Amino acid sequence: MPKGSPEEMQANTKRWMDWIGSIAAQNKLTDRGNRLASSGKVLKPNNVITDGPYTEIKETIGGYSIIKADNIDEATEIAKGCPGLLSGGSVEVREINAM
Amino acid sequence: MQQAELIPHLFRTEYRKIVTVLCKLFGIAHIEIAEDIASDTFLAASELWGLKGLPPNPVAWLYTVAKNKSKDYFKHHSIFLQKVAKEVSYTADSSMEIEIDLSAKNINDSQLAMMFVVCHPCNAVEAQIGLALSLLCGFGTDEIAGAFLTSKEAIYKRLQRAKQKLREEKIEIKQPSPAEIDERLPAVLMTLYLLFNEGYYSASNDAVLRKDLCLEAMRLAYLLVENEQTNTPAVNALLALMCFQSSRFDARVDAQGELVLYKDQDANLWDSELVEQGKYFLNEASSGNTISKYHLEAGIACMHTIQEDSLEKWEGILQLYNQLLIIEYSPVAALNRTYALAKANGKKEAITEAEKINLAGNHLYHSLLGWLYTNVDDEKAILHLQTALQLAKTPNDKKLIGERIRKLRDQQLLS
Repeated sequence: MPKGSPEEMQANTKRWMDWIGSIAAQNKLTDRGNRLASSGKVLKPNNVITDGPYTEIKETIGGYSIIKADNIDEATEIAKGCPGLLSGGSVEVREINAM
Repeated sequence: MQQAELIPHLFRTEYRKIVTVLCKLFGIAHIEIAEDIASDTFLAASELWGLKGLPPNPVAWLYTVAKNKSKDYFKHHSIFLQKVAKEVSYTADSSMEIEIDLSAKNINDSQLAMMFVVCHPCNAVEAQIGLALSLLCGFGTDEIAGAFLTSKEAIYKRLQRAKQKLREEKIEIKQPSPAEIDERLPAVLMTLYLLFNEGYYSASNDAVLRKDLCLEAMRLAYLLVENEQTNTPAVNALLALMCFQSSRFDARVDAQGELVLYKDQDANLWDSELVEQGKYFLNEASSGNTISKYHLEAGIACMHTIQEDSLEKWEGILQLYNQLLIIEYSPVAALNRTYALAKANGKKEAITEAEKINLAGNHLYHSLLGWLYTNVDDEKAILHLQTALQLAKTPNDKKLIGERIRKLRDQQLLS
């Protein structure tokens, strides 16, 4: 399958939807979340504004989803299904401390 | 139509019209008076038509009698008249003569207004369905009891309480405003959806009654589609779903009244006209930018109108279930998604996913695992089917699961 072809994009969408669908089927999805655009603005003290891409970090955050899990281990286990891992991406699992 | 059939038929079609028009006129405090007048009208019909023969226009006769009985009631209950007269002053002139408008337009307006009253969230969903069947569909308590598989007394009490609740909340019976439509339409759709499901999936064995429930739900949904203000994409999607589902109504049951599984159904018995109507309403639903669960369920039901298995079909169904679960979780959707997953991505992946959704204790869950393990690990398949057999409630389910276990055992003996 050629990279970037419609077939590849479709296959990619399917992997994402199957993964999110799997979490939802376990009744563990709170918010499917959103994708983040790959560029944006960085605001620093003293009104310094720079455009992305970001020089300090090598990775950009591609998106987020909010799930329900009993503990961080279970959440990590669910994260193992993320299709982003197949293309060299990583998943960061964090607990949300509700305010 | 013979007279013996005509009165029950008219009761089914006209009682609800008379009741809703009178309810709207009298207000929520006097629902029972409206019901009494409508019942008395039919009682008079059954007595007089038997003696004197059918009037030339039975429906017009019923309307005239209902009007006269209402006026008589006002004459003998002047206090009621004074109270009601205030409320109906916009239809009555100063002579205190009350106008009872049984025109087609006012009947539809009254039914729509009542739909929003009956589906008011102050009542629990079962009570809403009961009220809908009683006031909007003209079902008797015994029929409602049959649909819910409960006693007449329980239904009677449930209806009394529900009406009392509407009175206490002083719900007005009027054309809902655009803001009220926005706010309450989801509850109305949910009630119609459940009313339809009550008919489609009910444990009741009365096939005629069940089909009636489905038809009534469709009639009410159609009323919403016909009204400009309530003709939303979600309403069209719900009606599309109902059309697709009911297209298989006659194929689902065999001559002995037993359930026929989807894959064994004779597709020639599917109602192609209803399928076409479903497609029409689904098309009408494809505007705006929100996807309701009815859109997704209608999409799935539309895919099922092609009986032949194909990877495309199951991939489409799987993606619709993914989206449906993202909008709203339900155990049934989770089970169906897993089935579609097996068909689209293979049994191995589906078994892993099935273990994750863990719905142990649900007979459908064990039945699904029984199917997934068949020809993969037959021992496990039999164990799950035995659990499903223990958990299944209806004789039909038990019979089907029992047959599957026997088949698997026979296969094992042969190999």
